[in-house]
Amino acid sequence: MRIRGLFVLTALVAMAGCSSIEPWVKPYDRENLADPIMSFSRAPISQDFLDHVFESREGSRGATGGGGGGCGCN
Amino acid sequence: MSNKVRTGLPRYVITCLGLAALAGVTLFGSRATAGVLPEDRADVLYFRYDGGGVTINGPSMLVRKSIGEHVSVAANYYIDMVSSASIDVQTSASPYDDERTQASLSMDFLHGKSTYSIGYVDSDESDYKAKTMFASVSHDMFGDLTTISFAFKSGQNEVFRNVKIDDVKQNDPAFNDGLGHADMESRSFSVGVSQIVTRNLVLSGQYEVITDEGWLNSPYRSVRFFIGTDAQGQQPEKYPNTRSSNAASIRGKYFLPWRAAVDGMYRFYTDTWGVVGHTGELGYVHPLDKKFAGGDWTIEGRLRYYTQSAADFYADIFPRADFSNFMARDKELATYNAITAGIGATYEFKIERFPWLTKGQLNLRYDYMTISYDDFRDATFSLGKFGALPDEPLAPGTEPLYELKANIFQFYISAFF
Repeated sequence: MRIRGLFVLTALVAMAGCSSIEPWVKPYDRENLADPIMSFSRAPISQDFLDHVFESREGSRGATGGGGGGCGCN
Repeated sequence: MSNKVRTGLPRYVITCLGLAALAGVTLFGSRATAGVLPEDRADVLYFRYDGGGVTINGPSMLVRKSIGEHVSVAANYYIDMVSSASIDVQTSASPYDDERTQASLSMDFLHGKSTYSIGYVDSDESDYKAKTMFASVSHDMFGDLTTISFAFKSGQNEVFRNVKIDDVKQNDPAFNDGLGHADMESRSFSVGVSQIVTRNLVLSGQYEVITDEGWLNSPYRSVRFFIGTDAQGQQPEKYPNTRSSNAASIRGKYFLPWRAAVDGMYRFYTDTWGVVGHTGELGYVHPLDKKFAGGDWTIEGRLRYYTQSAADFYADIFPRADFSNFMARDKELATYNAITAGIGATYEFKIERFPWLTKGQLNLRYDYMTISYDDFRDATFSLGKFGALPDEPLAPGTEPLYELKANIFQFYISAFF
């Protein structure tokens, strides 16, 4: 019961917080962020290809995005 | 009673997270910004990978188009044409050619501050078929400064083994105890958050869990083992039939005072096979002055470092045959580090005769990758290549460590409309 109460309390505090937070970077201050050079992937087709190259040759995987399948790794 | 409370609450939380995940995607997976649909574009890419005795080239085509104000559809078609005489192939088989085709279709639905995405990927090669579906949801909050996302991915894979019968390549009907194929299932859950920190800085993080079950090893590769002290034998690899991995990444991008951007990424990886990996990446994007460059040029530089420890059941050469329940000699499970350095250039243009074309881009990119293995030796010095022994074979376990160097070229055209 204590855990459930804690969860509900946390959720209420979080929801209350949602309504009171003012964006500290105003929309008219986001010119630099909107510049295409600030995109994490300016070229998705190229990034998907490189992700596949790395994933096929490394033991690590995930947390890079992309939704591919298959092996292509021999 | 207390037990019910303890077990019920996590289930409730897990169910909520599960439903959210089933609804949807990661920020990175969809490459979409919640609240705004991705821009309409078409890309055609030609790539060539050349390294370690393997040449892969092919095209990839991507088209993304909005339908109304709330739906965006993307389709991708990708071909890998492989010509392989890799180090694994040299020591145990003959060079081969193969082709992998991958087709995907995805849809993004924008509803208020939320973007829902679903998609399907089909990958087909002669000895591996994969069908993957994914769904995701991302949501903007706090005045669009924060975007959170959930994603779920499910894959059904079929593994085959190719053999040559009467000089014709075909699937081996004897593979997997006469079944002819083996199955592998994969599931992925991920959560992500992207945060605008200042007017020049954006940060994002992602956490992804992937679980695999089924046939996970190569149907071709063998492990080596000692026979006595200076002879060696080979037997097929044997892997566990499950693998679960955790990966967490954080990346950031900063807008510099002179209209350029610098970005960085770090990823930590660990799995139930004992592999621990670290990935770090630094990038720099710089649009050139139009008068200086004579056009609208953007240049880019990128440096990536990767290192990992070996899987628990990996060895370059085992002390004896059937040394342990699981045995692997896949160099991707060895201890190694890799450095990839890349440069790229983009030329942007407009064509007056095509007013529907917002802009076009010509892109060139070159990456050089080098991988240095700490415990994977070049066994061609003892086993030879394609069945032909070397003139002066080295003793097993004394061969030089293997190193892979690869050149990766990309040329692609992008059209925005």
